[in-house]
Amino acid sequence: MLIAKTKKMNLCLIISLLCIFLLSGCGGGSEAPAATPAGEQADRQDAIIPQELTISAAASLSDVMEEIKGYYEEKSVHTLIMNYGSSGSLQQQIEQGAPVDVFFSAAQRQMNALQEQGLIYTESRVDLLENDVVLIVPVGGAETAVQDFASLAGDAVRLVAIGDPDSVPAGRYAKEALSSLGLWEALEQRLILTRDVRQVLTYVETGNVDAGIVYRTDALTSTAVKVVDTAPAGSHAPVIYPAAIVANTGKRQAAEDFMAFLQSDLAKDLFEQHGFVFITGTLEQ
Amino acid sequence: MDTTPLWISLRTALTATIAAFILGLIAARFMYAYRGRWRGVMDGLFIMPLVLPPTVVGFLLLVTFGRHGPLGQMLALFNTSVIFSWSATVIASTIVAFPLMYRTALGAFEQVDRNLLDAARTMGVPEISIFTRITIPLAWPGIAAGTILAFARALGEFGATLMLAGNIPGRTQTIPLAIFFLAESGQRTKAAIWVLVIIIIALGAIIGMQYWTNRQGLMPARGKEGKV
Repeated sequence: MLIAKTKKMNLCLIISLLCIFLLSGCGGGSEAPAATPAGEQADRQDAIIPQELTISAAASLSDVMEEIKGYYEEKSVHTLIMNYGSSGSLQQQIEQGAPVDVFFSAAQRQMNALQEQGLIYTESRVDLLENDVVLIVPVGGAETAVQDFASLAGDAVRLVAIGDPDSVPAGRYAKEALSSLGLWEALEQRLILTRDVRQVLTYVETGNVDAGIVYRTDALTSTAVKVVDTAPAGSHAPVIYPAAIVANTGKRQAAEDFMAFLQSDLAKDLFEQHGFVFITGTLEQ
Repeated sequence: MDTTPLWISLRTALTATIAAFILGLIAARFMYAYRGRWRGVMDGLFIMPLVLPPTVVGFLLLVTFGRHGPLGQMLALFNTSVIFSWSATVIASTIVAFPLMYRTALGAFEQVDRNLLDAARTMGVPEISIFTRITIPLAWPGIAAGTILAFARALGEFGATLMLAGNIPGRTQTIPLAIFFLAESGQRTKAAIWVLVIIIIALGAIIGMQYWTNRQGLMPARGKEGKV
């Protein structure tokens, strides 16, 4: 009886443990798709063969990339699978061998890291877009004490949300801008560090912080926030969005085709409609 | 290396487990007796935090407790706010741990032989004593399992915590938050250390609870032996 009971308890606990492992798997957000055998889809000379391209794009590109996907799939035989996430997560997925064909990062750092490891085709890399770093406040409600960057140092400002500078590119630009404007020291204790730019938007939209620092393109997606100031050029490194073909793609030609589309006039119009500055030119480094 | 995530996590998980334990038992006891027409709806609401993605739970909590939210405005009358505070980590962890405690305890209660409870009633034992002295001891293995689950879930809570409490090192940054931000910023060695720490705590708690529950089970008058 006793032994049977103990066994039952053990079973109970084993099931509990299994539940925990299953549950803990749910929290993490984007996950790397299972790796496919390398070289299975070896380069075909024939570009007509329809391919399924996996595009890893920074979360801040998601709105415009959905439109681009629509236009691209209309004119091309290839189809796109979009994988959105923070540039840091996407970089790590590629490092771990995730079957990605094109990487479209919100910052140079992640792309540089992949390039140093030989994980992208260097010659395919282009700096496509530029973005502004802006200061936003909630719309409506009580009148805000925040009119511009300088006013952030005032005592009326209690909380300011920015992306985590160590992992979120927008947060790093925000830190650079605040530092060069001489505000970092004064604000450090009042900062809420988020895991992505969208979380900054949510905090500002719901009025739980007095101000936030995001990209202009993100500010444009929300009607509940308004832009009060733009970080001056030179106060932070330029916000460049580089794109490149991932080295283990196996679908090089299709990927080249998509890269060309990203640099077309049609794509330029779409990017500009969403508030990006379209730039071109291959990075020489 | 900054050790504050460890203490914040331990304090949060323990407080949240106690809160979820009490709330879960109360809810389970209520639903055990309640057979009204709202039973299905209430059961669904109690389970909801388990079904929803943690970030959604976090968003709902943010809207509820936020500056413009109903509870947030009530708290503002007392000049307090829970957003971005340590209490927020406890609230988030309690909410997500609650369904596990509630559902496991309810299941355990329903396993208890109702004849025993009725026998006690014929002897005039008050309901509260029947609950604390008969139902809970008989349902103990299930309750213990629920408590372990609740603790583990509270310890591992990430999404809702990040949303409601923010990521503030030294104040609301728990171990899961520290791991996420370290891993995201490429500091894998530090992240790995925290992963090890959280595994040790979780395993330690589970093994300790199992050992303790087994000893409880050996005591005569407890558990199923009572029926023989």
